[in-house]
Amino acid sequence: MDFTLNDEQMMFAETARTLFADSCSPDHWHRMMEADAAWDEARWAAIVDTGLTAMLLPESAGGLGLCEVDFALIAREAGYAALPEPLVESAGVAAPLLAALAPDHPALGDPMATIAIAHPLNPVVPHADRAAAILLEKDGEAFVATPDRVTLTPAPGIDPFRRLFRVDWDAADATALGSKSNGADWALALDRAALFSAAMGLGLAQRAVDLAVDYAKERQQFGKPIGSYQAVKHHLATAQVAIEFARPVVMAAAADIGRQDVHSRARVSHAKIVALEAADNAARASIQVHGAMGYSWEVDVHLFLKRALALSQNWGTPAFHRARIAERLFTQAAGPDQLFARDQKERETENA
Amino acid sequence: MDLSYTPEQQAFRAEVRDWLARHVPAEPLEHFDATRAGFEAHRQWENTLKSGDWGMVTWPVEYGGRGLDLIQWLIFEEEYYRAGAPGRVNQNGIFLLGPTLIEFGTHEQKQRFLPPMASGEEIWAQAWSEPQAGSDLAGVRATATRDGDDYILNGHKIWSSRAVFADWAFGLFRAPGSERHKGMSLIFFPLDAPGVTVNPIRKINGHVGFAEIFLENVRVPAFNRLGDEGQGWHICMATAGFERGLMLRSPARYQVAAAKLAALWQERKADADPMLEAEVIRAHMNAEAYALSIYQTASRLMAGAKIGPEASTNKIFWSELDIHLHRTALSILGPEAELLPPPGAQDWLDDYIFALAGPIYAGSNEIQRNIIAERMLGLPR
Ligand SMILES: Cc1cc2nc3c(=O)[nH]c(=O)nc-3n(C[C@H](O)[C@H](O)[C@H](O)COP(=O)(O)OP(=O)(O)OC[C@H]3O[C@@H](n4cnc5c(N)ncnc54)[C@H](O)[C@@H]3O)c2cc1C
Repeated sequence: MDFTLNDEQMMFAETARTLFADSCSPDHWHRMMEADAAWDEARWAAIVDTGLTAMLLPESAGGLGLCEVDFALIAREAGYAALPEPLVESAGVAAPLLAALAPDHPALGDPMATIAIAHPLNPVVPHADRAAAILLEKDGEAFVATPDRVTLTPAPGIDPFRRLFRVDWDAADATALGSKSNGADWALALDRAALFSAAMGLGLAQRAVDLAVDYAKERQQFGKPIGSYQAVKHHLATAQVAIEFARPVVMAAAADIGRQDVHSRARVSHAKIVALEAADNAARASIQVHGAMGYSWEVDVHLFLKRALALSQNWGTPAFHRARIAERLFTQAAGPDQLFARDQKERETENA
Repeated sequence: MDLSYTPEQQAFRAEVRDWLARHVPAEPLEHFDATRAGFEAHRQWENTLKSGDWGMVTWPVEYGGRGLDLIQWLIFEEEYYRAGAPGRVNQNGIFLLGPTLIEFGTHEQKQRFLPPMASGEEIWAQAWSEPQAGSDLAGVRATATRDGDDYILNGHKIWSSRAVFADWAFGLFRAPGSERHKGMSLIFFPLDAPGVTVNPIRKINGHVGFAEIFLENVRVPAFNRLGDEGQGWHICMATAGFERGLMLRSPARYQVAAAKLAALWQERKADADPMLEAEVIRAHMNAEAYALSIYQTASRLMAGAKIGPEASTNKIFWSELDIHLHRTALSILGPEAELLPPPGAQDWLDDYIFALAGPIYAGSNEIQRNIIAERMLGLPR
């Protein structure tokens, strides 16, 4: 039993933090919004260079063969920077899925390429137009297509950095990836997406709090910084408490995601719900603490509100995830000795 | 990161489970705050625990413990609550003063006070609060006047849990003439010493769960002072760290309650508001989140970290989840919620009343939010 991160994991996260701090700063956001851009090619190249897109790919596919705990730390940093590019969707979810279903797919050979995934739970796909390949699902069967073989209809959304598309497609235009064994791979993809959305939620939440803290130290009213007033303090303290009790759930979900049983699924769902609630609460608290400034486009808090909204409702709504927790709670033994419970079956194979 | 128990940890769990199965009283004991008999029955239970060396498993062996680590402590607590074992009547001693003594006490003090604490022979009360010093604990006025090798204690303490029946108290006193955080000392006194008067105070459930204590020229040896003279505030804050952070409220307590709540829901959902299912699930999530957070903290502490201001987030989280959980249970019981004795085996109502105190004691949740804002987030005072 060890709940700590190792030095390597912390270093990788630190590298991502520095990279995003340098390349995805408020200045970058503002310039992109002025140009109506949702993609920065130089930043993406730096992300690829750093190896962040290769983390979850198996070494056989030229990847680093790292695990979800490692990538969750990166996803958190992406959330902290409100990263526009689909690092998490592509490198955290779609690419490992494609690598599992079609290891020789050419899109995996191009390091700069992104891969999109049109999951039945989500009505739209961010950045689908730029993807080298789009993963699709129909009646439990997996397909892959290039964007030119499907119909992409822009679906404008409120987050300036999520360029969204509806995807319509015909099985005749896509390549089937076989239906036999891939159900498990799709289930894992959904769990990864929910987990990494949760990890991004942690980052979104912390940034929203940090922005408010900075502002509350500077802004003066009644002759004092507003951060010295308790009503302001308590808003932010409450937001921080939610973050503190979402983080260990996210990390535990990441550590056990590979089990793919009713327990690991419930934990991922728990993480998804609470981390995005933390993000939503923090974003709203942050807007309130900023006053009218927080309500203005030029102050960046709205980015965190909007991303939290998107991630809360995509990759399974709170109700979807609550149902998965209910399945665990009402069909399995509960209680203090069940915190790290696993499926009986798996335990038996381990003992054998 | 590896979230599985080692074979040694699993064997330890089995050992605890087995011992408890053979020793936990079949019938629940009368509440320790209700009557002297209930209190003494709990003292007897502490003694039974000690006979199996389970008094306080994390303490060094030479002081009556087993020298186990924090993960083993969590496993012990999980099994303890799972077995429905009696509440720890000496919790202020073993969970608060004990760790503080281990950190700040001399060898002689540890030898004198820890073993009888672990066995329940001496049951402790905390005597910090005063009528004029609640949240603002630095406003304590009770004095300790040095007289040769002794101190003479005077003052008025209040809200001291279990002081009605307990044997000893650890109190916060100041040198005459000193102000605020300076000049304070943490000093132990027997509750039956000449000059000590203990008046019971009834709680909202009717039990005499706490007391006020008057001290009039109470003479105790200087040996009873923990740490240096004037170091009292610093030591109290360390105790408060144990209280808020790790020891006082085991996650297992809430995990057991959440599991019982899920069972209550299954049993009664046909007659209950369907909206409550989401709250039942939420209670389970909260209990697990708290447990995971404590496992994470335990891991960090074992790797050499120290408890910091984040202990304040724990205190807010467990106290709020406790109330939410029990309110949900009462909502499921509906119009039967108010009945005494309560319907069913579980006393949801009394546990709810107990939970309501959580945001008040151990530093109110408003104070904890101030601490988080100022010391974690760096907002100005
Ligand atoms: C069940 C129970 C058991 C207890 N057991 C013990 C014990 O064993 N030993 C012991 O010494 N004490 C004990 N206490 C006392 C407890 O520590 C105090 O109640 C607590 O510190 C609050 O002090 P107070 O009651 O005087 O409230 P006050 O300090 O008067 O506070 C009243 C209200 O004002 C708020 N408030 C006060 N100051 C501020 C501020 N600066 N900012 C914002 N809000 C503020 C508080 O949060 C609270 O809501 C116990 C209390 C209870 C309820």
